[in-house]
Amino acid sequence: MARCKKNGKKELPEINNSSMSDIIFMFLFFFMVITTMRESDASVRFTPPHATEYQKLEKKSSIATIYMGAPLRGGIPAIDEKVSIQLNDKFASTRAEVMRRDVSDFIKGERESCANKGKDPNTITYSLKIDSEVQMRYVNILKQELRENNALKINYATKKDKKNEK
Amino acid sequence: MPSLNTSSSADISFLLLTFFLLTSSITNEQGIPRLLPKISNQEKQQQEDIRERNILTILVNKNDDVLINKTQILKKEDIAVKLKDIAKEFLANPRNAENLPEKDVKQIDGLGTFAVSRGVISLTNDNSTTFATYILVQNELQKAVNELRDETALNYFGQKYEKLAPEEKKAIQEAIPINISEATSK
Repeated sequence: MARCKKNGKKELPEINNSSMSDIIFMFLFFFMVITTMRESDASVRFTPPHATEYQKLEKKSSIATIYMGAPLRGGIPAIDEKVSIQLNDKFASTRAEVMRRDVSDFIKGERESCANKGKDPNTITYSLKIDSEVQMRYVNILKQELRENNALKINYATKKDKKNEK
Repeated sequence: MPSLNTSSSADISFLLLTFFLLTSSITNEQGIPRLLPKISNQEKQQQEDIRERNILTILVNKNDDVLINKTQILKKEDIAVKLKDIAKEFLANPRNAENLPEKDVKQIDGLGTFAVSRGVISLTNDNSTTFATYILVQNELQKAVNELRDETALNYFGQKYEKLAPEEKKAIQEAIPINISEATSK
């Protein structure tokens, strides 16, 4: 054994790492397939309510996201009740009148850009990501405005309810 | 020809990988899908036309309690326990009770004749109701409908609703519609 060590000054052969990049590329493709591009970051605190009867949103391509919750850093402080509304990545006011206008402008913009892409604007799903503690007064205004702009497909984002799971 | 030095291509692909990890999200969007009703001038007219036995009024107040048909009060804790069964009995009306909704016998492709309930659930909420309670109520109503659909699907096709083919799902949807009307809150 000792002799082996003495004579074993031979250098280790280099590991062939030409396939490493292939493996990492494979990882890359895997991630590209299973994920979707993030369109907007939530700048409001958003803890979805629990539900058991949720369904997965199928068409991920045409989703407009509306967040509602307490503002996080960088958000415009809401005037009352500390609720802030985020439409994709813009903030809207929470004063009823201004909010109506902002939401309706947002929906019109979404529909227009959808129509420009050659898709039917009625297929847009509006994903409402609303914090569980938000009061319904804001949600009611939002819903009314969605209806008036003929944006009828909505989805209330919820979290899996672990307690009542079958 | 000397072989190309490829040792850096691994680094480059790592960089790409991290870029994608940062910019994309795996969050699967899940939630309760709903279709809002269209705005129409005849809305009020229609509301009056529905007879009393065909409506289940659910009112959620600011303390997150639920008032059903103006008589029965459910505390917040009881919503998850009782509301589903009330809604289910209302929609199914298994014994054809006098005070529960009427049924229309319709011809549905794939099911044959089926007695479709005329029941409408009218959901009203207070401005100060929290969103969590609203979703809890919506969830329970959805659960009632889902269970009825599962039962019907098992009866007719021997499978749960989720596993049916698209045409069969459509037939079941027609047989057990979700009729939730949300009045503007006071």
